[in-house]
Amino acid sequence: MKIKQNIAISDSGFIFNPTTGDSFSTNPIGQEIIKLLHNSKTEDEIRSFILETYQISRDHFEKDYYDFINVLKKYKLLEENEKD
Amino acid sequence: MKKTDITIAVTGLNAIDSPGPGISVIRALRESSYYNPRIIGLSYDTMEPGIYMHDLVDKTYQIPFPSAGVDNLLHRIREINKKEKLDVIIPNFDAELFNFIKLEQRLSEDLNIKMFLPSLNQFEERQKSNLFAFGKKYKVKVPKNKTLFSLSEIPLIENDFTFPLVVKGKYYDAKIAYSREQIAQHFEKISVRWGLPIIIQEYIFGSEVNVTAIGDGTGRTVGAVPMRKQYITDKGKAWSGISLDDDKLLKITHDIIKATKWKGSLELEFIKTSNEEYYLLEINPRFPAWIYLAVGCGQNHPDALLKMALGRKVKSFSKHETGKMFIRYSYDMIVNLKEFEKISTLGEL
Repeated sequence: MKIKQNIAISDSGFIFNPTTGDSFSTNPIGQEIIKLLHNSKTEDEIRSFILETYQISRDHFEKDYYDFINVLKKYKLLEENEKD
Repeated sequence: MKKTDITIAVTGLNAIDSPGPGISVIRALRESSYYNPRIIGLSYDTMEPGIYMHDLVDKTYQIPFPSAGVDNLLHRIREINKKEKLDVIIPNFDAELFNFIKLEQRLSEDLNIKMFLPSLNQFEERQKSNLFAFGKKYKVKVPKNKTLFSLSEIPLIENDFTFPLVVKGKYYDAKIAYSREQIAQHFEKISVRWGLPIIIQEYIFGSEVNVTAIGDGTGRTVGAVPMRKQYITDKGKAWSGISLDDDKLLKITHDIIKATKWKGSLELEFIKTSNEEYYLLEINPRFPAWIYLAVGCGQNHPDALLKMALGRKVKSFSKHETGKMFIRYSYDMIVNLKEFEKISTLGEL
């Protein structure tokens, strides 16, 4: 799973897709996950990082994580060959 | 470096809610790195705001409406040229381009006034009524369309189209129709304003993306900047927009310019579907009103066109900044009655 290379992400959580002109805002956790995806981290690595950093159960993380990934897919922010 | 003085006449001073491109073109010309322009506005109506924008337009002359014909336009340009010694004219309206294209050679040879316009064949080939054939010829996806000359033809198209569909004027205006009655209503409204024919076009679902570009007439694209409208007025005009990084859209643009050997400025209007297919809706043979965004993105197309009109060689722009936005605004100018009186009675200000 990888974020498209040309997607711009600012420190404020503002995301800009220069191919479509769409822009989005995300909260700090979403921003952190996007940066991890941008740096080619795997799902396991992202899970470990989040579970170590925040007080959250594994089940809770996975539910929210997959919801978030589906949002990224819907808005075409993931690399084409990484969709499924 | 000292800039070269030059006198340029520009039309399209109607910076209104459905704006002409003139003011944006003039702003771009004033940022030329090589020329120091004196701007002569050419107006059709005394209420065109550019006439009164003296920080941008040095002097304005009224010119006859396009329907008055080529000879009247030539006569008026001769009069203006006696006073102003024009170097270049940049026309910015679809409806006036036919006359200016017809005059291009005479103005150049007789008065040494240069333009950089598409040929009459290029101009005609991309007319809305010819666009479907254009798409077939140049292998570009274009929504199916049909040309109507009378209301009685409406029943004849019903087997070829499903609702909704788009009803368009020859030069301007487009409305969506959801029923046969709405086609008739739109037909009447648009034909009263813009004449016949009326074009019926298949409605394609997707987001509208546009490109402003210039070709040098040999097939080379000198510059191209894609944009997506972010806020659209009730007249369908972009009130704000953002520059895009869209290689597929740029490739289609380069291919069209290469295949047609397009000369001059043009605006390409597309619909991008959810399957990332691009359908060409229109080719406008001039700068769009949002041309100043291209300048903001690092490509001064009016300046490049000016240089080409004067026979200078121009390198192609290799990049543009993405994520640059334009946002229009409205502004009330205070105008002395004397100024309005002068343009109304003498035809110049």
